[in-house]
Amino acid sequence: MSPNNYLYFAALLFTIGAIGVVVRRNAIVVFMCIELMLNASNLTLVTFSRINGDLNGQVVAFFTMVVAACEVVVGLAIIVTIYRSRRSASIDDASLLKR
Amino acid sequence: MTQSLIQTPEAVLFWLLAPLAVLASLGMLLVKKAVHSAILLAWVMITLAFFYIAQGALFLGIVQIVVYTGAVMMLFLFILMLVGVDSSDSLTETIRGLRPIAITAAVGFGGWRISLLGRATLGRPPVGLDAANADGNVQGLARLLFSDYVWPFEVVSALLITAALGAMVLAHHQRTNMRPTQREQSINRFRTDSLAGAAGLPGPGVFARHNAVDVPALLPDGTPAPSSISATLKARGDVIDSSSFQLDVVDTTIIEEK
Repeated sequence: MSPNNYLYFAALLFTIGAIGVVVRRNAIVVFMCIELMLNASNLTLVTFSRINGDLNGQVVAFFTMVVAACEVVVGLAIIVTIYRSRRSASIDDASLLKR
Repeated sequence: MTQSLIQTPEAVLFWLLAPLAVLASLGMLLVKKAVHSAILLAWVMITLAFFYIAQGALFLGIVQIVVYTGAVMMLFLFILMLVGVDSSDSLTETIRGLRPIAITAAVGFGGWRISLLGRATLGRPPVGLDAANADGNVQGLARLLFSDYVWPFEVVSALLITAALGAMVLAHHQRTNMRPTQREQSINRFRTDSLAGAAGLPGPGVFARHNAVDVPALLPDGTPAPSSISATLKARGDVIDSSSFQLDVVDTTIIEEK
């Protein structure tokens, strides 16, 4: 088995996450799919770091994790704020500008 | 690429966990309830932590478990609790033709990526992290983080503080009117047209042969009293009809001893 299998696996997870972001309507599930995509890219970084024998990839993956944590905190706060005013966590309901 | 980099145990681990993780992430798309999606995502993240550790990224593996499956998924479940666990997604598509287009585009993108990865060559065998991790993975990462990456590291700390502040500002909820005091509530009870509620509202389940909070009390004439049920339960529609607990025939005959 070559390390490439990890890359294929990460590509598959990223694709599944991308489908989820487009197809699902619940804002929290959409958010979880974004997390899945970030995780898949982290696995790619770690695998490249191993292939190259260089820890720089792992440092970048570490920064990705920190930024993802910030993103989750702010994103979930936005979801709670929208839920408070609209009583719904569906991304289709937040279309006030359209009407 | 050479076969020597990955030993058999790691291959077994990969072929055991990777298909399960792919199934879990597919299930994440297909299940209706957001809580189930969260559990499946937690499983995928634990799998990724195993893979990090197997690939020589010990620190990232531990951080993955602590930060992602610990803090981030906890936060997700907490927000699900706030927003309502049963706020299940309607899986019907609102934009016509969105789903086939999305799946086609994603399969094209994924296939393109995988074929690109399959055709790419490094020109040399993969190195492995044995040399880079010679002093320990954490030490190696720390050396990089506090030399080459000091500036990004400090910027990220500012980002974390900003995110925490932003979340506090967004989630803060200011009362626009004062909470009524007990005295004001008492005065209001007597200023209404009827004094029926002046002595306090009836508790749920009184005379109803069932004392659960969602069963209305019965008035002396046998009709249910809607004021005995909490307004929240009424708004949710979680009220049980108290007549369903009534006996069909009340046995009033006295059995005489012979």
